[in-house]
Amino acid sequence: MTLKLGVPSKGRLMEKTFDWFDKRGIQLARTGSDREYAGAVTGVDGVSLVLLSAGEIPRELAAGRIHLGVTGTDLVQEKLPLWEQQVEQVVAMGFGQADLILAVPQFWVDVDTLDDLDAAAAAFRARHGFRLRIATKYHRLVREFLRAAGVSDYQLIDSQGATEGTVRNETAEAVADITSTGETLRANHLKLMKDGLILRSQATLWRSRVAKYSEVELATLTVVRDCLGVG
Amino acid sequence: MPSRADTLALAAGLRAQFEAAGAISVETPILQSAETLLDLYGEDIRARAYVTSDALRGEQMLRPDFTVPVVQMHMAHGAEPARYTYSGEVFRRQEDDLDRANEYVQVGYEVFDRADPAVADAEVFALISEVLAGLKLRAATGDIGILMAAVRGLNTTERRKTALMRHIWRPRRFRALLDRFGGRTPVPPTRTALLAAGDPLAGLAPQIGQRDLVDVAARIEALREDVAAAPIAGHELSALETLLSVHEAAPFALQQLRDVAVDLPSISPALDRLDQRIAALDKRGVDVDNLDFEASFGRTSMEYYDGFVFGFYAERRPDLPPIATGGRYDALTRQLGNGEEIPAVGGVLRPGLMLELKGGL
Repeated sequence: MTLKLGVPSKGRLMEKTFDWFDKRGIQLARTGSDREYAGAVTGVDGVSLVLLSAGEIPRELAAGRIHLGVTGTDLVQEKLPLWEQQVEQVVAMGFGQADLILAVPQFWVDVDTLDDLDAAAAAFRARHGFRLRIATKYHRLVREFLRAAGVSDYQLIDSQGATEGTVRNETAEAVADITSTGETLRANHLKLMKDGLILRSQATLWRSRVAKYSEVELATLTVVRDCLGVG
Repeated sequence: MPSRADTLALAAGLRAQFEAAGAISVETPILQSAETLLDLYGEDIRARAYVTSDALRGEQMLRPDFTVPVVQMHMAHGAEPARYTYSGEVFRRQEDDLDRANEYVQVGYEVFDRADPAVADAEVFALISEVLAGLKLRAATGDIGILMAAVRGLNTTERRKTALMRHIWRPRRFRALLDRFGGRTPVPPTRTALLAAGDPLAGLAPQIGQRDLVDVAARIEALREDVAAAPIAGHELSALETLLSVHEAAPFALQQLRDVAVDLPSISPALDRLDQRIAALDKRGVDVDNLDFEASFGRTSMEYYDGFVFGFYAERRPDLPPIATGGRYDALTRQLGNGEEIPAVGGVLRPGLMLELKGGL
């Protein structure tokens, strides 16, 4: 049996992952046509490549269907409530840095901190008759963060993309999303809140604690760890 | 683990005992309106209740407790006074601890009666206490109404009192607000700068979203009012702290709270009610001299209670959640009553845990 390595199936995250492994002597490649999700591994024996959407990799690790997987800290912590028991962080890969943050319109000069947001949410609900809407796809992380901070009278609105546009489109009053430079936020007239950093994330190689490992697979794992310098 | 059949048999027996005490047996739907629960508890309820949905009715929740549907039922068409009992499964989503049950049987007893709240409090507590006799549980009691009365009576602005009342059930936030209103934490520099600006609304970035300029201006006005208001006086703050730390046998707790009332006279009516409750409990045969009273009990977990609160705990099994909990929830009947309200008190038991304890005796 082979050690299964799950990596993102497209985009810059896939390319950077391939580069990262290549620098460490393991070549990952997509095979077949551009549209076919099949892959090959050279430089080490006994590893097979599984191309997946980055968002599905946490679930596959937690189910033990892959042994190793590359995905962001944000997705692992959002999707796996008991992530420390389900996966082990093998190594942070140094790219794909992004912060999950809370942002509000720049013209809200009265809102800088979570304390302000809570007071603004209470007043908003009293005047508008519904709870202040925060658009996000990171429901669990945002809810836990706001609960710990004691923020109330808000609601989470699901937004799977173009989240920064939801305020202008009046489907939300604030957003919680991933940002790396903050440029998209500024372009959409949003600002970071002072204490609104929810999580720092980067691309990370994880090992499933749940998957079954045969002796051969364990030996392969040791070889891979040596290659990557994380043995 | 006790079998499901045993648990249901015990639940039926408990329900019969409550019927014998004068309660009518009621049933409530398992699927509850998510909107009602979200309005009451906020987004946090999603972490504790299972949400499901269909295209016609939208979001529904598997009932996380019986109190809300029983109150809705009573407010819609209940006669007065009323006593209800029920039993059935409740569902609790678990995200941190696989050992906690996500589905279990509850049996409850609820009293809707205007006549004498102290007597009704004592009735519910004594009845549940009798049912649990033999399991050697520790009872804890408290009264959220005393803290609420203290906050309402503070010599400060209405806005500050409203903010504190909103966070009665979130001790950390409550504390942070109190520190700020008491002048113990400095005003953030960004706020000082904002309020010092000649026209804080000049040269604003584009106004987007439904929270508009009116909202922003109103909040700046509120911040100005707050900066101008005197801090909450030191003697009130320390009295509030003393109040929150009271933990004694009930009669001694009452004495200590009477001392606190010198600085916070607004709590006196709530203390009179505590006094009457202790007398009523005594009359029902509860050993009040050894009954634990903790002024901050119930602040983190029981958000719709606004008066008497209680819980029964198995001291030799600290891993178990409380075997029974309950309290007074007058305000909930107002929130769900469309303009009507009625004093209400009740409690729930977990027969599954009772059997687990009996098995371990």
